[in-house]
Amino acid sequence: MTTADHKPQILAFLAQFFGEHRLTDDEDIFATGFVNSLFIMQLVLFVEGEFDITVDDDDLEMANFNTVRAIDALVTRKRAAVGAAAQHS
Amino acid sequence: MAIRVQLTERQAAAREEYESFTRQAVAPHADAWDRAERLPEEFLEEFAARGLLGAAVPAGYGGAELDPITFGLLNEELGRGCSSVRSLVTVHGMASYAVARWGGDRQREHWLPRFATGGAIGAFALTEPGAGSDVKALRTTARRTDDGFRLTGQKRWITFGQRADVYLLFARLDGREAAFLVPRDAPGLTVRPVTGMLGTKASMLAELSLVDCLVAPEALLGRPGFGLAAVAASALELGRYSVAWGCVGLAQACLDASLDHADRRETFGVRLRDHQLVQRMIADMATGTAAARLLCQQAGWLRQDRSTESLHATWLAKYHASRTAFRSASDAVQVHGAQGCGDGHPVQRYLRDAKVMEIIEGSTELQQTTIAESAYHSRTRTTPTERVTA
Ligand SMILES: Cc1cc2nc3c(=O)[nH]c(=O)nc-3n(C[C@H](O)[C@H](O)[C@H](O)COP(=O)(O)OP(=O)(O)OC[C@H]3O[C@@H](n4cnc5c(N)ncnc54)[C@H](O)[C@@H]3O)c2cc1C
Repeated sequence: MTTADHKPQILAFLAQFFGEHRLTDDEDIFATGFVNSLFIMQLVLFVEGEFDITVDDDDLEMANFNTVRAIDALVTRKRAAVGAAAQHS
Repeated sequence: MAIRVQLTERQAAAREEYESFTRQAVAPHADAWDRAERLPEEFLEEFAARGLLGAAVPAGYGGAELDPITFGLLNEELGRGCSSVRSLVTVHGMASYAVARWGGDRQREHWLPRFATGGAIGAFALTEPGAGSDVKALRTTARRTDDGFRLTGQKRWITFGQRADVYLLFARLDGREAAFLVPRDAPGLTVRPVTGMLGTKASMLAELSLVDCLVAPEALLGRPGFGLAAVAASALELGRYSVAWGCVGLAQACLDASLDHADRRETFGVRLRDHQLVQRMIADMATGTAAARLLCQQAGWLRQDRSTESLHATWLAKYHASRTAFRSASDAVQVHGAQGCGDGHPVQRYLRDAKVMEIIEGSTELQQTTIAESAYHSRTRTTPTERVTA
């Protein structure tokens, strides 16, 4: 699976918070002023549900969530880990 | 009685069990507990022995790991009998959930089996003298030392703070919001009982004072920076969900009491239930309670699906249920007349407890602003052609 695969879904999810604003891959989501205090929770639920992964304590780093590219990279990494674990079992 | 939609057989059986437990072991004592401003140890032991403290603890650690609807039903039935007992399930559940969701292996292995059996009671310590609705105004600080962390600050209005063995407590570490598990016997922590509250009087509130309070390195829960946005927010989601269901039970208790009283009491040669203005109050209680229950069920099913919509659904449920509980309690006192104002009458307690529900877990006003904002978000999701134009 390539990195680019998750971006359309991530952008579609984020669009509900950003309205007409077109978010770029490297724009800091938290610096835009569009998101409220519930956003992180919604983002975690979305990423877990949409990509069938579990966001762990260790993943809770701003660097994993603050841009579309970062979220995409997190999902790619987590999915690869899930895939590797499945192959070993 | 409102029709309950979509309960499975197991959920229906669990509801019956909770209802019967509340009828026998909770409701008859609730007024005495309210006056004494505490829950007796024997009750806590019985409650724990039934596994009810393990409601939000994963099965792998000895908990009941209730599904969201069953957890809701537990809160509804307890809320029908005593909001203070329900609030124990709320805060202990919030601490359990946070450790299960964000804790490392060692934290889970240490705390969760204890939470499951009541060997340890957890509380949630966020509010401070200068930080209530505005949680970002959090001032308590934590600093790293060779032996762990030192915490300094004040926490107010901590439910079951008098009884808790550990506090899920929020502080700033290098300016970043962080969550800590602070054991009650941590050096530098002083716990002072808060008495004379308006409602949920048996929920044993406390004020915590931390002066260079020492905790071990493994007390840190989750990553610094995510203490509020993830740890507190997800625990508060569960708390809000629990309170919403508790309010359904509270509103149901108001309706039950009013139905009984209006059936028995006669004025002007007829029963109260035959006066149309009394019927209006009963109709509003019945409708409001049924609607609140449906909103809670909707939030529950969405939580079960781990849907992003569950957050908004929970806000709607808590907002509507707490408002309904307060209106129903006010009407229930009205239906009872002077009797309802009398010392020791349950409806008097319901009214005091219901007011608290509009303040905790996101006050009515914060719900209103958040829900209005979300309504705009959902509108931007519809395409322009779907919008009604003038
Ligand atoms: C019985 C009880 C138990 C509690 N248990 C706990 C607990 O276990 N743990 C814990 O951490 N805390 C607990 N609390 C504290 C509770 O979370 C706070 O009371 C709550 O967050 C509100 O904060 P506040 O009381 O400081 O009110 P404030 O934030 O000072 O608000 C006062 C009033 O102003 C309104 N208001 C504030 N901001 C706005 C705004 N932007 N727009 C419109 N209106 C606004 C509020 O809605 C409220 O009506 C408890 C409180 C009570 C009463």
